[in-house]
Amino acid sequence: MSRLAGCFQSLKAKNKTALIPYIAAGDPNRSLTVPLMHDMVEQGADIIELGVPFSDPSADGPTIQLSMERALENKTSLNTVLSMVASFREKDQQTPIVLMGYLNPLERMGYSQFAKKASIAGVDGVLTVDLPPEEAGEFCPILKAEGLDAIFLVAPTTIAERIAKIAVLASGFMYYVSLKGVTGSNTLNIKEVSAKLEQIRSMTDIPLAVGFGIKDAASAAAVGKVAEGVVVGSVLVKKIEENTADAEKITHEIGVVLSAMRKEMDK
Amino acid sequence: MSTVNNNFDAINWAEFPDQAGHFGIHGGCFAAETLMEAIDALREAYFSLKDSEAFQAEFDDDLRHYVGRPSPLYHAKRWSKEIGGAQIFLKREDLNHTGAHKINNTIGQALLAKHMGKTRIIAETGAGQHGVASATIAARLGLKCVVYMGEVDIARQAPNVYRMKLLGAEVVPVTSGSKTLKDALNEAMRDWVTNVDDTFYIIGTVAGPHPYPQMVRDFQCVIGREAHEQIQQQTGRLPDALVACVGGGSNAIGLFHPFLADSDVKIFGVEAAGDGLNTDRHAAPLCKGKPGVLHGNRTYLMDDEHGQIMETHSVSAGLDYPGVGPEHSWLKDIGRANYVAVTDDEALEAFHALTRIEGIIPALESSHALAYGMKLAATMRPDQQIIINLSGRGDKDINTIAAIEGIEL
Repeated sequence: MSRLAGCFQSLKAKNKTALIPYIAAGDPNRSLTVPLMHDMVEQGADIIELGVPFSDPSADGPTIQLSMERALENKTSLNTVLSMVASFREKDQQTPIVLMGYLNPLERMGYSQFAKKASIAGVDGVLTVDLPPEEAGEFCPILKAEGLDAIFLVAPTTIAERIAKIAVLASGFMYYVSLKGVTGSNTLNIKEVSAKLEQIRSMTDIPLAVGFGIKDAASAAAVGKVAEGVVVGSVLVKKIEENTADAEKITHEIGVVLSAMRKEMDK
Repeated sequence: MSTVNNNFDAINWAEFPDQAGHFGIHGGCFAAETLMEAIDALREAYFSLKDSEAFQAEFDDDLRHYVGRPSPLYHAKRWSKEIGGAQIFLKREDLNHTGAHKINNTIGQALLAKHMGKTRIIAETGAGQHGVASATIAARLGLKCVVYMGEVDIARQAPNVYRMKLLGAEVVPVTSGSKTLKDALNEAMRDWVTNVDDTFYIIGTVAGPHPYPQMVRDFQCVIGREAHEQIQQQTGRLPDALVACVGGGSNAIGLFHPFLADSDVKIFGVEAAGDGLNTDRHAAPLCKGKPGVLHGNRTYLMDDEHGQIMETHSVSAGLDYPGVGPEHSWLKDIGRANYVAVTDDEALEAFHALTRIEGIIPALESSHALAYGMKLAATMRPDQQIIINLSGRGDKDINTIAAIEGIEL
């Protein structure tokens, strides 16, 4: 069983929901990423989503976009990200890690080379924002051959026919984008989210994580009631943006957000 | 990668792209799931309308009476004689309403937006020609218009920024990344994903997720169809070569496509070599790049060894783009078209030559095609003939030219 599947299974047995923080690797500097990952696990993270910096993140909002610009200024390449994961694995062999990013850096490394290196480093899943199922025919089998899960986005506008297409290729979990727009957008309608999740569940039994628009403990807990996982990104990245020069403060403030979410979600 | 095949007669050009938008390994639809519904709706609307006689008639009528088509094919006799080689014919897209070929496509897409019931259009722009063309058609159809433009481009294309504002468009400065065309495209995609319900995204070039490269090509093919007829009317035969500048490549594909089946007609796409192809300051993905994925399609790109998109440089804002339309990438791979590049200096030289010898001030983008056309014509005989696409007029560039020459206007 993959680390992701195992994680969701054991959370389900404890009647808990996965808390999935996102940070871009290399932001605000390359040395903080791994300690921050360990700390996020201590504060209650079950899975870590690590953003692979890309120069043109057109599906992300300004917060993540600036984060990636900072990471790129620090020369964080895909290779750097993979060595960060390997370094994280020296102490933590349990927490699943999902890489989230765009296709071109993976194309440049080569799909097979990437899958091999990611698997050796200890990556568990890969979410490529600009690779829809129609174009994933070559990439997905390569990931699977290396034991990596292919994570796909599902949007409020995704029709049943496409959900079915995505379900065939997806493993680990599906990432449901809770609202129209880019990362970090406003307003979250739990009723609408819940109805869409029901529709997806009628077509697949893969765990569902929800992201975009989760800002605080209350919204995390509300989403946690209807999904198997809660992804929180922009609100954490904002803490990095506000304190780029102060590693201690970043770690502290991200810890405060996550532990409050954990507490509220576990109530 | 390059499988050069000289037997083009076996190719049925109408079969490209395939239904999913692929031109060989290039093209396709590499978009985030959040955009898929909008793209599907666009594809459906386009394919249901494109062969409709009523839609075509509406489009043709606008091209004739609003744009002023057909645009002339002009025999530049004095310039041809001075060069002393092939006869040069200029396809005068600079004479279109708004001053460039861009209007052909914005009219087509805006008609489509109207048929789809959209009330707001957005566009990205580099040189500002596509932004002006979008603002123009939005004004005429009473649609709200937002144009995304990189801060760097806003500074170097001030007249066009003011024109867009006069036309009632909102021009949003883009400050991310390299602050040029590619970043404007990113920002427009973000807007589209957030406002899909009422918004139509008019992409200005033959790039983006399927169906954009095909749709924009179809709207721009009027250039090549007219030229195909005009050159035969004027000279009794087809040209020996075609030359057009390639940024994203919409004016070039518009000229080239109707000639693809005429395998004796040589085709040259001219990229921006900036300071030179041997420097890192150019914008020539077909000459120097590798296939990758950006802005919804696979195509030749300028990226670094880690797959990060590089900042490009060209004196011409409209060519300052790290990618290129996927059909050009395919035409390069199969060897049907040749892609070359000219430097900023060569383009400026051609700019002045045409201005002084023929009394036509060309856009800096088109000046790249003129510069290569000059070189090519000089290697040919006076009984041979080439068509150069004069894709836009140079009024918008006079500030840039003056600044280069140290003149304050």
